[in-house]
Amino acid sequence: MHIELNHYLWLSAFMFTVGVIGVLVRRNAIVIFMCIELMLNAVNLSFVAFSHFLSDIQGQMMVFFVMTVAAAEAAVGLAIVISLFRNRQTVNIDEINLLKG
Amino acid sequence: MNAISIAVLLPLAGFLLSSLFSLTKFIGHHESGKEKLVGFLSTSMIAIPFGLFATLFASFSGETQTATLYEWFAAGTLSIKISYQLDSLSLLMAMIVTGVGSLIHLYSIGYMHGDEGFARFFAYLNLFIFAMLNLILADNMVLMFLGWEGVGLCSYLLIGFWYDRKFEGVGITTTTDAANKAFIMNRMGDFAMLAAMFLIFQKISALDYPTILSQKELFDSTHLFWICVLIFMGCTGKSAQIPLYTWLPDAMAGPTPVSALIHAATMVTSGIYLIARLSPLFVMSPDAMNVIAIVGIATAFIAATIGLAQNDIKKVLAYSTVSQLGYMFLALGVGAFGSAIFHVTTHAFFKACLFLGSGSVIHALHEEQDIRKMGGLAKAMPQTNATFLVASLALAGFPLTAGFFSKDDILAKTFESGNYGLWGIGLATAFLTAFYTMRLYTLTFLGEARYDSDKHPHESPALMTLPLWILGALSLIGGIIGLPAVIQEQNGIQSFLSTSIASVQAHHLEHATEWILIAVSSLVAILGLAVSFSIYSKAKAQGEPEGILAVLSRKYYIDELYDALIAKPFQAVSTRLLAPMDNRVLEGLVNGIGSAMVGLGSVLKQWQTGVAQNYALVITIGLILLVGYIALT
Repeated sequence: MHIELNHYLWLSAFMFTVGVIGVLVRRNAIVIFMCIELMLNAVNLSFVAFSHFLSDIQGQMMVFFVMTVAAAEAAVGLAIVISLFRNRQTVNIDEINLLKG
Repeated sequence: MNAISIAVLLPLAGFLLSSLFSLTKFIGHHESGKEKLVGFLSTSMIAIPFGLFATLFASFSGETQTATLYEWFAAGTLSIKISYQLDSLSLLMAMIVTGVGSLIHLYSIGYMHGDEGFARFFAYLNLFIFAMLNLILADNMVLMFLGWEGVGLCSYLLIGFWYDRKFEGVGITTTTDAANKAFIMNRMGDFAMLAAMFLIFQKISALDYPTILSQKELFDSTHLFWICVLIFMGCTGKSAQIPLYTWLPDAMAGPTPVSALIHAATMVTSGIYLIARLSPLFVMSPDAMNVIAIVGIATAFIAATIGLAQNDIKKVLAYSTVSQLGYMFLALGVGAFGSAIFHVTTHAFFKACLFLGSGSVIHALHEEQDIRKMGGLAKAMPQTNATFLVASLALAGFPLTAGFFSKDDILAKTFESGNYGLWGIGLATAFLTAFYTMRLYTLTFLGEARYDSDKHPHESPALMTLPLWILGALSLIGGIIGLPAVIQEQNGIQSFLSTSIASVQAHHLEHATEWILIAVSSLVAILGLAVSFSIYSKAKAQGEPEGILAVLSRKYYIDELYDALIAKPFQAVSTRLLAPMDNRVLEGLVNGIGSAMVGLGSVLKQWQTGVAQNYALVITIGLILLVGYIALT
C-alpha cells in the first residue's frame, strides 16, 4: 500500500484529537502537559508531510520553530508544575483553583 | 480685559477666596484678627468695583460701552455671549449695588463677629454681588437670567444662613422653611420670566437687548401684551408684589445685613430695573402698563396697612419695603421710569440704613426683635438713634429728605398722567407710611424701657456705626440728584437716565400745581408722623390687638389662605398620591430590574468554576461549532 499525504493528515488529526481530549479530561498536570506536547507534534507531523509532498522546505523550517518553542515551554511549564507541587503537595488541577472567585 | 469685566469678576474672586477660608474652619471666637482678614478682603472686593464704577461715572459720556468676554453658547442663529453693557441705567444701578453693598459688608464685619459661619457669610455676600452685577450689566436676557437666578440662590442661602434656628410663621417652623418659601415663590415668577423670553425669541430669534429694542415693531399687540405681563409676573416674584410678595417678610429670618442688602436695597429692585431696561417695549403696551400700575398701588397700600400692626421690627421694615416697591411699580406703570429708578436709589439709602439700624438694636438687645419689648433706646444708643431717625423721616417723606423728593416725584408723575384715583391711594399710602414709620421709631427709641432689666444695651462698635452715618447722610441729602422742576428746571437723574430708558412725552405740570402737590404730600407726611407720635409716645405695653388691627397683624390671613388653597392641597397630593407612586411603582420598577439582574447573575456565576479545563472545553466546543459552521456553509 502506497502511503499518501492523506494518511499522514489523518494520523496527525487523530494525534491532535487525542491531545485535545487529554488536555480536557485528565486531571494530572503532567499528563496534560504531555498531551499539549502531543498536539504540538501532531501539527509538526502535518507540517513535515506537507513539506515532503509539496516539495517546499518552508514546512520543515516551521517545525524547527515549533520544536524550539515546545522546548522552552516544557522548561517553563515543568518549573511551574514543580513549584505548584512544592506549595500544594499535589499536581491534581481540581485542587488548584486559585482563579475561582 | 477692561474695567467693567474686572469689576464683575472681583466679587467672584472674593467669593472663591472666602469659600476657601470657610473650608479651613480656622475662625474661632478668639480669632478676630483672622476674621478681619476675611472681612476686609471681601469688603475690598466690593469696594474696588465701586471705585471702578465711580471712575467710569466720572468719565461717562452717555454712550453705551460693551465688553464681550467670550461666547457662552450658540445654537443655530442664536448666539449668547458673556457680554456686559454699561449705559447710564446699568451704571447707576451698579454704583448703588457696589456702594451700598460695600457699606453693608463693612457693617457685617462688626455684626457677624464671633459667628461660626463668618467666612461662609462673606462668601455668600460676594457671590450675591457677583450675580447682581451680572443681572444689571448683562446685555442679553439669558445672562441677565443667570444673574436673576444667582441672586435668588444667594437669597436662599442667606435666609437659611442660621439653618439650625427656629423661625415663626404660617406653615414655617425653621429658617430653612423660610428659605424654601422664598426660593419656591421666586421660581413661580421665574417660570413666567422664561415664558416671556420664549415669546420674544419666537418672534425675533434673538435675546440681546439692543436687538429686542431695535426690532420691537415686529411684535403685534397681543404678543407684546403677554410678553410685558409675563415679564411683570417674573418681577412680582423677585420684587415681592401681589400675588407673590409673601416670601419677603419671611425672608427676615436671615441675618440683618442680608435683609438690608438683598431684601431691601438691591435684589428686590431688580424687577424695577428690568422693566426700566425694557421700557421702550412696555410703553407700546398701555394695557400692560395699567396692570403694572394697579398691582403696584394695590401692593403699596395693602403692605402699608399690614405694616401698621406688625410688632417685629424687621417685619415692619419688610412690609414697608414691599409697600415702597409698590410705589416704584406705580411709577413704572404710569410711564415715569426715571422716577422709579430715582426712588430705587433713595430707597436703597434709607432702607439699608433702617435695616442696619435695626440690626444694631437687635444686636444690643441680644436678638430681641419685638418692638413691644424695646423703648427708651435713644439714650443708650445715640448714634443708632440719630441715623435711624433721619432714615425714618426719609422713609416717611418728611420735606427735604431724600425719600420726600423721590416719593413726591412719583406722586406728581402719577397726577400728571391723569390717574387721579391712583394718586389718591398713593397719597393715602404716604400717610400710612408716615404713621407706621413713626410708630416704629417711637416704640423702639422713645418712651420708657420695656426690655428685660438684665439687658444693658450699648452703642455698636464704630465698624457698624460708620456705615449708618454714611447711609444716614445720603438719606438726608440724596434727594439733590433729582430735584423737582420747580426748584431746578433740569432734573439731574432724569436727564442722566434719558439715554437708556424710554421717556414718555407728557404735558408738564404748571408750577403752581406742582407747588400744591408738594405742599399736599408734605402735609400728609407731617400729619401722619404727628398723629402717630401723639398716639405711641404715651403708649404703655400693648395687649393683643383687637378688631381690624387683629386682621392687620395677621396680614389679612393671606399666608393662611395660600397655605390652605395651594400649599396644603399640594402637600396632600404629594404625600397621598405621589409618595406611594414613588415608593411602590417607581421604586418597585427600579428594584425589580435590580433583583432580576442579581438573579440572572446567580445563575450565570455557576459557569465561573475556576477550573481552567472547563474554560478550555467551552473554547474547544465553540471552535468546533465555528469551524463546522464555516465548513458547512
